Amino acid sequence: MSANPSASIDPPRQRALSLETIGMSKAFGALQALDDVSVKIEAGSFHALLGENGAGKSTLVKAIMGYYQADRGQLLLDGRETQIRNPRDARAHGLGMVYQHFTLVPCLTGAENLVISRADAPAIIDWAKEKRALAAFLDRMPFRAPLDVPVATLAAGEKQKLEILKLLYLDQRLLILDEPTSVLTPQEADEILGLLKGMTERKEISVLMITHKFREVTAFADAVSVLRRGRHVGGGRVAEMSTDEMARLMIGDTQIRERAARAGNEAGETVLELAGLTAGDDGGPLVLNAVNLKVRAGEIVGVAGVSGNGQSQLVEVLSGQRLLRDGRIFVRNQPFEPDRDSFYRLKVFGLPEEPLKNAAVPRMTVAENMAFRSFDRPPNATLGWWLSPGPMRAKARELIARYRVKTQSTETAIGDLSGGNVQRAILARELSGDVDVLIVANPCFGLDFASVMEIRSQIMEQRNKGAAVLLVSEDLDEILELSDRVAVMSEGAVNYTSPTALTDRATIGKHMAGHA
Amino acid sequence: MSDNTLLIVLVAILGGALRVSTPFMFVALGECLTEKSGRVNLGLEGTLVLGAMSAYATSYHTGSPWLGVFAAGVAGAALGAMHGAICRLPKVNDIAVGIAMMLFGTGLAFFFGKAYVQPTAPRLDSIPLGGWSDSPQLAQALQINPLIIVGLVVAFLMWWSFANTRWGLILRMSGDSAPSALAMGVSVDLVRFLATTAGGFLAGVGGAFLSLYYPGSWTQGLSSGQGLMAVALVIFARWNPLRCVAAAFLFGAAGAIGPALQSVGITQGYYFFNAAPYILTLFIMIASAGSKHAARDVPGELSITK
Repeated sequence: MSANPSASIDPPRQRALSLETIGMSKAFGALQALDDVSVKIEAGSFHALLGENGAGKSTLVKAIMGYYQADRGQLLLDGRETQIRNPRDARAHGLGMVYQHFTLVPCLTGAENLVISRADAPAIIDWAKEKRALAAFLDRMPFRAPLDVPVATLAAGEKQKLEILKLLYLDQRLLILDEPTSVLTPQEADEILGLLKGMTERKEISVLMITHKFREVTAFADAVSVLRRGRHVGGGRVAEMSTDEMARLMIGDTQIRERAARAGNEAGETVLELAGLTAGDDGGPLVLNAVNLKVRAGEIVGVAGVSGNGQSQLVEVLSGQRLLRDGRIFVRNQPFEPDRDSFYRLKVFGLPEEPLKNAAVPRMTVAENMAFRSFDRPPNATLGWWLSPGPMRAKARELIARYRVKTQSTETAIGDLSGGNVQRAILARELSGDVDVLIVANPCFGLDFASVMEIRSQIMEQRNKGAAVLLVSEDLDEILELSDRVAVMSEGAVNYTSPTALTDRATIGKHMAGHA
Repeated sequence: MSDNTLLIVLVAILGGALRVSTPFMFVALGECLTEKSGRVNLGLEGTLVLGAMSAYATSYHTGSPWLGVFAAGVAGAALGAMHGAICRLPKVNDIAVGIAMMLFGTGLAFFFGKAYVQPTAPRLDSIPLGGWSDSPQLAQALQINPLIIVGLVVAFLMWWSFANTRWGLILRMSGDSAPSALAMGVSVDLVRFLATTAGGFLAGVGGAFLSLYYPGSWTQGLSSGQGLMAVALVIFARWNPLRCVAAAFLFGAAGAIGPALQSVGITQGYYFFNAAPYILTLFIMIASAGSKHAARDVPGELSITK
């Protein structure tokens, strides 16, 4: 294991590692997860690894990190063949990984997290000495994070920075990032990736980043490798490739549903009206502070904002998960209470974020979950209480086929489906009837490219059919692509709205930060 | 009631608090240690009773009450280790195991303890800290039992270690985020096993106090639910050993209200005042259920919070 990092206060020198895999293969039973993959990450480069879900990206990095042993193939670090038998070995060789979920311990402070992660953490910790060493370490880093408060109180961006700082503190010289920006806002993502890019340019580290987002690849990566079905299907210098090329490599010949074009219809009358919505946090401070917003028929209003400014609470209020303290919701000029009857009568549907948690019962079957809106109405039920599973299954089969949900059967527990397929199943349930109002929150969070395309086109289709769509998203690109109008939330209120065509990223960003 | 009577009552409550709080303190510290590692051991009531029995029996046979205290700790550690070992098996619920262990512990104690209801064993001596006072009541109230000092030292050591030792950080890590601990190569199961065993040891020592100091004999109704109340106490203390001590004193004082009033001749509502700790438990549970602090300080891996 490396020496105490505080000892290495050398000026920047060539510390970045290079990594090369030669003919890596790994099979799980009959599934060939990795098939003869050769990838080279130059020392000091920012390398992107692109691929759909299940393309083998995770298997590849886990084989590199020693979680799996490859069946065949070699690993070269700085040109020397190296055996990595377990994650500890990887760490000792200077390989560090940032996972999709946070691995910091929430109740420990940043400083405690850093010190205990060291293999040579002392039995009795001299905090005065450690604090000095940490301060010296932070002085050498391009970014910092608060170290004296429990990690649980940090924002996602700060946590992600701390995860990366932890690897640097452990003297790791090649960082593997598994979709590092999926929990961040665009600004946070740009900041962190930009700083890492700077470190690679100074040859302090090399970076291998798994991602779905082309914007991040073109903006930050030097080189890219694309995996599809366990094979390395292409790659090269990012400067010499177009996003179309990358997309084609990623998806191959898979049919993608045409993106529904924005039909040029004029937006109609106001359908959804939020009037002074105010809500608190269990008797605590206000999380929604008089939200006013109108959504008209046939338009998508995108709600942007830095996470934690009331967007999730707004969706919770609309879906009945949180009580209003003040304000009214109107649908077609009728007062709307978020109860089952109103949802049905006023044709209000929604796709909340993390649908497995917020819109599904993981242990119930796909068919049952798909029948949540209609299980107590004919033909699924007689007299409102005698349920018939037959029609439910028939309907589920139809929806599964129409929305391309990949599931073994209608009787599979929905929790066993992949994220994209849960999203599709819930969307199928919500969109299969007439929709007047559609409330969508972060619909493409963590999904692969094909699923993203499909789900976005479904949302657009509903708009074209005349639904009023409220789209809450932390992905600004998604909002700019889909919305007719943009609304920005800051500190629990909408402080800016504008037709999408008449605004730009900079203006929206300024309002997201609360500067009007 | 004259001023003097009020003073007597307050002094009696102080003395009672110092006396009665000790078993609460030990069980709470043991439970705190166990819960910090991410596991709940509801069996500490049984541990307490078995500890009391073992201490009394050992003291009777060897003539040394301190050997009895040690024996109580070992018996408690054995029950804790059993709980820890069973909970390592897949898909085992620690709460259910805890309830089973509680019944097992008390049952075992009653089975082996039958023979020790009659005989008298040597008891722990008290330390007179009130010699400077000319008030006999105060001198009596300040008859400190040696175990309370041990408890205070243990509490302080635990509090310090949680923040300043590698073991403390690893324990908190296992209790708050098992995946992170595993990713760092920590055996979460082993940490929890050791924490439950050590927690059992402390609870056993708490039992020794019951049979060797106050009330100072072995009977079947010795504990009357103190081991269970200590679990509520840990929640109230928000998993901080020093606050556990403070909460134990509070519970002890509540338990002493009835006898204190009786000592000045107020017998009205005696049973009601004796129920004070239980009522306090109830109110504390209600108050802390809505507390944001409690929600923030609770170890993330506890099955009661998941």
